Amino acid sequence: MAADAMIRKNVSGLPGPDLIPTATVLGKPLSECKVAICTTAGLRSAGDIKLWMDSSFTILPNAARDLQLSHFSPNFDRAGLTADLNTAYPADRLNELVDAGVIGSVATNNLSFMGAQMDATFSSIIQDTGPAAAQILIDDGVDVVIFTPV
Amino acid sequence: MLAHVFEQAGLATVGISLVRGQAEAAKPPRMLNVDFPLGRPLGKPNDAEFQTSVLMAMFGLLERTDVPILEDFPESIEDQTGEAPDSCSLPPRHNPDLHAAIDEAQGLRNAYDRNLEATGGRTLVGRIAGVDGIVGLIEQLIEIEKGSSLADIGWDPMATIAVGQDVRAYYEEAGLQLADNTGARQLETWFYHHTATGQLIRRVRDLMKEREEDGLAVTYVIPMTQG
Repeated sequence: MAADAMIRKNVSGLPGPDLIPTATVLGKPLSECKVAICTTAGLRSAGDIKLWMDSSFTILPNAARDLQLSHFSPNFDRAGLTADLNTAYPADRLNELVDAGVIGSVATNNLSFMGAQMDATFSSIIQDTGPAAAQILIDDGVDVVIFTPV
Repeated sequence: MLAHVFEQAGLATVGISLVRGQAEAAKPPRMLNVDFPLGRPLGKPNDAEFQTSVLMAMFGLLERTDVPILEDFPESIEDQTGEAPDSCSLPPRHNPDLHAAIDEAQGLRNAYDRNLEATGGRTLVGRIAGVDGIVGLIEQLIEIEKGSSLADIGWDPMATIAVGQDVRAYYEEAGLQLADNTGARQLETWFYHHTATGQLIRRVRDLMKEREEDGLAVTYVIPMTQG
């Protein structure tokens, strides 16, 4: 069994909170929407790279590319992200899609969480850091958020 | 989980899932499941066309409201654990008086520096030590192999994990300049199984386990797939 298949088998089926999914309907064409990235790769701005295990988030200025990986888990490939940040954080691709007229604009700031949460209830993310992160994007006029894991 | 919170706040979301079973359990509103290596959610480094195709597949789910949606991207990419790159030459021994791991790490510095230049200064080294401190970290790993405990060295569990990540990052970034077209986990395999330092850190992990050091440090100092 390949390494990733083994890890997938280990983590599949872990229980999640019993939340009813809702869907926000876009009120305008994608070509007029402002798009943000919310990555759970545990990326941080350069100089702020202590390993990360809690449910906090950090703001990544859209133009920043000197990002560091602070995710505590060693259990995923890092060479792809090292060679090309877009492998997990497609900021350059989104800029190209703005130029191509596919999306309207990109957010002033993107957001980063650390995805391997130890708290199985996710209560802090649901009640505290999640709503706070959403408000930052809403205040920036963001319409669409794309999530990228590692 | 975040997708639920963001949608309830009025943001339209779409995410990538790398583990279908997790997405099935968490039921986020709109997810594109990709059978790509963990760590590579956009699939292929330095392939803008492929990465854009993944993004376009994600955006294609935004109009749908029949949530939860979990669609599969049609192309799969497997990790290559166990396969070191075809060509990733280590430097010859320069100073046989040094421990092989230290001699090797010093010999890779030029390759690391070339990669730093290629990435415009972006490096994953620096969680606990900068590049000039890598040899010092390896010297401390050697001390643990000789019998020192983590407490003797002054490393708590998170520091121990950070050491593992810094040393690995130094080698993988040097390796990017020594090998071409590396698939997922190939440089990881090269580091842990073909370099003196990688083999040292695996032995240190085994000793930590035997000595019943902190479980967090033992579990996360190297990937579970490289035992």
